[in-house]
Amino acid sequence: MRITCTVNGQARELDDVWEGESLLYVLRERMGLPGSKNACEQGECGSCTVYLDGETVCSCLVAAGQADGREIRTVEGLSDGERLHPIQQAFVETGAVQCGFCTPGLLVQIEDLLRRTPDPTDLEIREALAGNLCRCTGYEQILEAVRLAAGRIRSTA
Amino acid sequence: MEFLTPMGWDEALAMKADRPDALPLAGGTDVMVELNLTAHRPAALLDLTRIPELRTWSTTANEHIRLGAGVTYRQVIDELADQLPGLAMAARTVGSPQIRNRGTVGGNLGAASPAGDSHPPLLAVGAQIEVSSKTRGSRLIPIDEFFTGVKRNALAPDELIAAAVIPTARGPQQFSKIGTRNAMVIAVCSFALALDAHTEVVGTGIGSAAPTPIRADEAERYLTEVLQGLRLWRRRSPLPESVVRRFAELVAEAAAPIDDVRGTAVYRRHALSVLARRTLTWAWDEYWATGQSAA
Repeated sequence: MRITCTVNGQARELDDVWEGESLLYVLRERMGLPGSKNACEQGECGSCTVYLDGETVCSCLVAAGQADGREIRTVEGLSDGERLHPIQQAFVETGAVQCGFCTPGLLVQIEDLLRRTPDPTDLEIREALAGNLCRCTGYEQILEAVRLAAGRIRSTA
Repeated sequence: MEFLTPMGWDEALAMKADRPDALPLAGGTDVMVELNLTAHRPAALLDLTRIPELRTWSTTANEHIRLGAGVTYRQVIDELADQLPGLAMAARTVGSPQIRNRGTVGGNLGAASPAGDSHPPLLAVGAQIEVSSKTRGSRLIPIDEFFTGVKRNALAPDELIAAAVIPTARGPQQFSKIGTRNAMVIAVCSFALALDAHTEVVGTGIGSAAPTPIRADEAERYLTEVLQGLRLWRRRSPLPESVVRRFAELVAEAAAPIDDVRGTAVYRRHALSVLARRTLTWAWDEYWATGQSAA
């Protein structure tokens, strides 16, 4: 089937997409956007988190055909060219990146959190990130990165 | 595999009539897992995410909420926590934010898993499931008759779930679930309780402890009779400990659990009695305290 959608602000069109494949597969294997990671393929790990029409979703659970005509934003759309997004910068500074596999999904989910809740409590951060697993278990640094980024985004808002 | 994308409800029903083997697809949080991880391939997928009428809810003339099958858990939490507190509590325990953004109550009913989180609160309030077909129109299935077996429901092959019709809360409601952590867990067992202060009737729902979600009939009858008999609704006094204990026993006895990877039957039965005791204590305390502050 043919899929037409907007990805990180760019109109994309793809032919011969298999009906049963996931948006994650489309992004990684057909569009050359490997930032969203493929791990569990059952919505358990959050490493494939992207925005679909402004809401964060596990892209492994979105059928390709469901993304037709929709607007998608991936981790590749976070930075401003070479300039890192404040959340990305905070991850670098706090050592929140270990193996890095969970990082893209976390970045997208944290951006969504901070847009809705600019000054989240630790409990709110934990709730928002409950579906993003870090198997290096670097959660303390990830929480620190969220607090640092939140402060910087608030001070520049 | 075909991918069918109806843009309206009538078109969806026509497609389902033509292709009864098409698998309805909403938020994908069940269906896509199966497509990703198993070799099972349905003949066709029927995508229901483009049908606007499924995504909305409304209040009916008799104070029920008609919840479109495509309303997400996120919407239930954000928009219906006052009217449907039990369902909203259950919705908060579903998966993660990403899953709640996509997963729908209609999809939960379609999958009809014994562990579905929305089922116990729907049982506890006596919801009805509105299903439709192209040729026979709509019918309402009482939730007690909806679940017919493990992952089976009362839908005919040409029918689709249109909505859940749910009485608005008229008293405290509770939901509680056992799992290895707070997020991303399939219930080991779960329990929902609804107290109706107007009719003075008690409703229950048990999840993950029988081939289908079930009500604890005996427990409901016992507590309803005791609360009325002792005039406890009027007196707004604490519940006698013996009543709480007996209710919990009857809830545990209603279950028909099995041993599986998530827990043993013995554990499930015990856990259910604990959930029943806790939820009843919380709900009755809320009822009692509300009455005190209002007086």
